Amino acid sequence: MKQNSKRVNDVILQTAAIIIFFIIVIFSIDLFFAGHYSPGGGFIGGLMTSAALVLLLLAFDSKTLANVLPIDYRLMTATGLLIALLTGLHSVFLGRPFLTHAYGKFDLPLLGEQTLHTAIAFDLGVYLVVIGITLTIIQTIGESE
Amino acid sequence: MINLPVFPIVIPALAAIIMMFMPKRVQLQRGMALGALAMTAIVSLFLVHTVSTEGIQTLNLGNWQAPFGITLVSDMLSALLVTTSTLLTFFIVWFAVHYFSDSYEGNYLYISMLFMLVGVNGAFTTGDIFNLFVFFEVFLMSSYVLIVLGGRGVQLRESIKYLLVNIIASALFVMSVALLYGVTGTLNLADLAMKIPLVDNPDVITVIGVMFVIVFGMKGALVPLHYWLPGAYVVAPTPILAMFGALLTKVGVYSILRTYTLLFDGNGEFLQTFLMVLAVLTIFIGMTGAIAYNDVKLIIIYNIMIAVGVILYGISVNTQTSLEGSLYYLIHDMIIKAVLFMLVGMMIGITKSGQLRDMGGLITRFPLFGWTFFVAALSLAGIPPLSGFFGKLLIVSGGMDEGELFGPLLVLLSSLFVLYSVMKIFLNGFWGEAKREYDGPLVPYTKRLIVPVFLLLIIAVAYGFGAEAIHPYITQAIEPLVNPEIYIDAVIKE
Repeated sequence: MKQNSKRVNDVILQTAAIIIFFIIVIFSIDLFFAGHYSPGGGFIGGLMTSAALVLLLLAFDSKTLANVLPIDYRLMTATGLLIALLTGLHSVFLGRPFLTHAYGKFDLPLLGEQTLHTAIAFDLGVYLVVIGITLTIIQTIGESE
Repeated sequence: MINLPVFPIVIPALAAIIMMFMPKRVQLQRGMALGALAMTAIVSLFLVHTVSTEGIQTLNLGNWQAPFGITLVSDMLSALLVTTSTLLTFFIVWFAVHYFSDSYEGNYLYISMLFMLVGVNGAFTTGDIFNLFVFFEVFLMSSYVLIVLGGRGVQLRESIKYLLVNIIASALFVMSVALLYGVTGTLNLADLAMKIPLVDNPDVITVIGVMFVIVFGMKGALVPLHYWLPGAYVVAPTPILAMFGALLTKVGVYSILRTYTLLFDGNGEFLQTFLMVLAVLTIFIGMTGAIAYNDVKLIIIYNIMIAVGVILYGISVNTQTSLEGSLYYLIHDMIIKAVLFMLVGMMIGITKSGQLRDMGGLITRFPLFGWTFFVAALSLAGIPPLSGFFGKLLIVSGGMDEGELFGPLLVLLSSLFVLYSVMKIFLNGFWGEAKREYDGPLVPYTKRLIVPVFLLLIIAVAYGFGAEAIHPYITQAIEPLVNPEIYIDAVIKE
């Protein structure tokens, strides 16, 4: 990773950022799943993940981030929207009102009996949209400077 | 099909999302956008048919029952407006295909236009006042993209103003919704209509009503909240301007129509007088602007304000006849404004100038273009039997029945000013001698550009000649506004 030590000495920030990045991402995933029955969900989880990515952006630079995560965030937004809309549409094909969710109890290996809910797919869409939009905005503003 | 009301919202959204995966494949995008819009138009015509035979269609999203969940309500009013906006967007996109260069179209142009239709159709369909706000935001977001696309200096300057005005209006919108929720404890329009008469202190409702009029008046360009409109609209490229002029201000007017008749109707004289005064002022300022300018775009833009004022006057009189007139005129104005904006855009594209003094003699070189403009101009001014006539007739007779004299006379007077302003464009732009050889960028494309405009004009003319056939639909659309019980019963089934 490129050290831009010419301007400032940010060894501490960069070293800390790498560790903190993973902690934030793990916490954001926890928040994402917590949204099933308690406060949390795709929007907050997505915001937190993008905060982690922005931290990397601040500690290093946009090229480093693009090397580590070669993702087109506009496509990510589109994917998220598509997932969310298709989740809403699945109930239309079953003859129920738009956005009606389905759920059921399943026996999963290792995890035991769990309820699975199509709302999680919708939330995954929201999660991707939030990350995609935030990073697109930040990259666009950052590039023009 | 219980999901019918949601399709005019979902089909363009799905198409736009798929198009987001390939923003640079312009040819494919054009096809997909037009295909999706054609499909949406067919679905919405089917929706009109269903509503006319089976009554108001409601859909409780996510199967949460009204008034607790979010409800979509397609009554005849919203079905007609959804159909009109979809058809307009179809023809405007068709026009844009020939108007813009490939590099311009590759910047999410059609995607934004489709998302704007999603927001507009959603705002017309929703039966929940908070979701009205959400759909307002959806089409505003797209309008921000569309107004700034191209990135010329003036566009950036005006889009900052446009952005600020709309952010303030949106903040005020949420506050009004919150106040309404605080007073009544519900956001469902039908439920609100039942609970508002039970509120102890009717003055609170009047205040909230005024706040809503201000919010929607900002979007709909009512005087004195119109100051942003001419500047912001005049910098937008023609197809975008056509879409803004035809759809955006009209959503504001629709929202006033819906909330006023459903929620604030029984709330005394004050709000009615307030609306009437605003309507009269809007007509006045619109007339002044329409005759004052020599810029073709600005003349038509000020004509938007006259139309908004006339429609609002019909709403403020609030009888079956005047509301029918308002709705008839609303649909007429959406179609004919789109036609006129596309036509003046072509004039500017051919002559490379927006000023009337640089034009002249266009009709000798482009006869079909000239006569299309002539018919559109007569239709805008309301010469019978073209479509502008019947709406104004109903508004005027509705006002007269209520013993009003000043308002109806002003509406009639405004027709003269409209006629003068558009005939000024026709006489100076199309008649006379050509001042020079026209070599604007649109000259080679005129034959292709005129096709969607001409077809849209045929629809407008048919709308006028078929007024008798359309009248039952208009009557059915207005019935739930005059008797809110019909709307309430359809949404909240006991």
